Amino acid sequence: MEPNWALAKKRAALENRARIVHAIRAFFIERDFLEVETPHRLPGNAPELHIDAVASGDGFLHTSPELCMKRLLAAGYPRLFQICRCWRKGERGARHLPEYTMLEWYRAGCDYQSLMVDCEELLARLCPEGRVGAIDLSPPWERLTVADAFSRHGSLPLDEALARDRFDEIVALEIEPRLGSTRPTFLTEYPAALAALARRKPENPSVAERFELYIDGIELANAFSELTDPAEQRQRFEKEEAERRRAGKLPYPVPEKFLAELATMPPSAGIALGVDRLVMLLTGATAIDEVVAFTPEEL
Amino acid sequence: MYTCADLKKGLKLMIDGEPHVVAQFDFTKPGKGQALYKCKLRNMITGSLFDRTYRSGESFEPAALEDREMQFLYQDESGYVFMDNKNYEQVTLTEETLGDDHYFLKDNMDVKILLFNGRGIGITLPNFVNLRVTQADPWVKGDTAAGNNKPATVESGYNLAVPSFVETGDLIQIDTRTGEYVTRVKE
Repeated sequence: MEPNWALAKKRAALENRARIVHAIRAFFIERDFLEVETPHRLPGNAPELHIDAVASGDGFLHTSPELCMKRLLAAGYPRLFQICRCWRKGERGARHLPEYTMLEWYRAGCDYQSLMVDCEELLARLCPEGRVGAIDLSPPWERLTVADAFSRHGSLPLDEALARDRFDEIVALEIEPRLGSTRPTFLTEYPAALAALARRKPENPSVAERFELYIDGIELANAFSELTDPAEQRQRFEKEEAERRRAGKLPYPVPEKFLAELATMPPSAGIALGVDRLVMLLTGATAIDEVVAFTPEEL
Repeated sequence: MYTCADLKKGLKLMIDGEPHVVAQFDFTKPGKGQALYKCKLRNMITGSLFDRTYRSGESFEPAALEDREMQFLYQDESGYVFMDNKNYEQVTLTEETLGDDHYFLKDNMDVKILLFNGRGIGITLPNFVNLRVTQADPWVKGDTAAGNNKPATVESGYNLAVPSFVETGDLIQIDTRTGEYVTRVKE
């Protein structure tokens, strides 16, 4: 029998992927971030209406390591990173796998602005030539508010899109494809209701200190200044969990230990970046299938 | 009924009383928002293509199609002719309806023909077909890396990428669902 051709021809992609992951790790270790590993199976995730977890034994596979990472922040670890597998049920497309690799990093004593600088420096490290295809990576990258993105690229202004429940559709179909085509774009200042774990902007509480990074129309990362008020966080979880249950989803227990320890968390900022998509971007792949050894269909 | 979770390339749905097939499919989800299912749909009768995006919660009626075992007989100017060996009924499919599948048809091959109101509108081939390589660049001595590939043409005129060790005259197996090389066949 011949070697599996579909796997054999992925050699270059897998070698590139390994180099990129090694360079990411080196970048954070050099900057004094502590690499940690946290459990993949949890009693429950942070409740979010549109993110579905895979049930596993008595609990769920994590959809992000955020709850455990923030408990470590609260315990006094000021700079943390983790590269791990995450699971999100039903997500399969050219840029989605139901099991994928996430990079998360957290900084105490900082807000979301400093994470933007981290992103610029990380890409400079991964891409010393300063470009990916036609995209110029030299900092500073574009900062574009959600409201401005709607007026520039959307068929409706932001307030109307929200009122008519068309926010996601306009972002995905009209705005995203136009972001980050000549240089990377940080889409910032999300409506507060769309950021369950983010701090509101002190000078404008209708928006959250949240951004998403887009390069070449690909959503690469989601970041925010962390909410550190346990009472407000509990209220937001209750609202989100009630909506999840109304939608018929399996109930999550309240993450009581997280909520209790949040009281000792310093002002912090955290970010989640999709490693598979970053590899796609840096290798010119058009489908996520090209940058992983096995897709679920090949198992 | 199908839900959005069933949507994928090749799924056949009834829309406004006519069968449609999902020709291209992508799942997308902005940030922490709701899932969107982007489809390019082909009307299986008229062949017309259009885009439609669905949101979770929508449901679809499966296309009411008859799937009948038939045998490929021959090709003539009217198209590709198939016969039901039980009642000798014949159905003709055009090259346009078959798309790339016509490259994988061999004489007397058993296939499934999709019928809508008695009319042939689609085909399901066996998953794998063996075809002979009619053109491939010679194997460069020393090129032993298992992942290297090169272009080749098979007897039906179909072009595909093959491993570097495949040569003109080899019989190879092709996956008809993806159109990709699987392995060489020992004779």
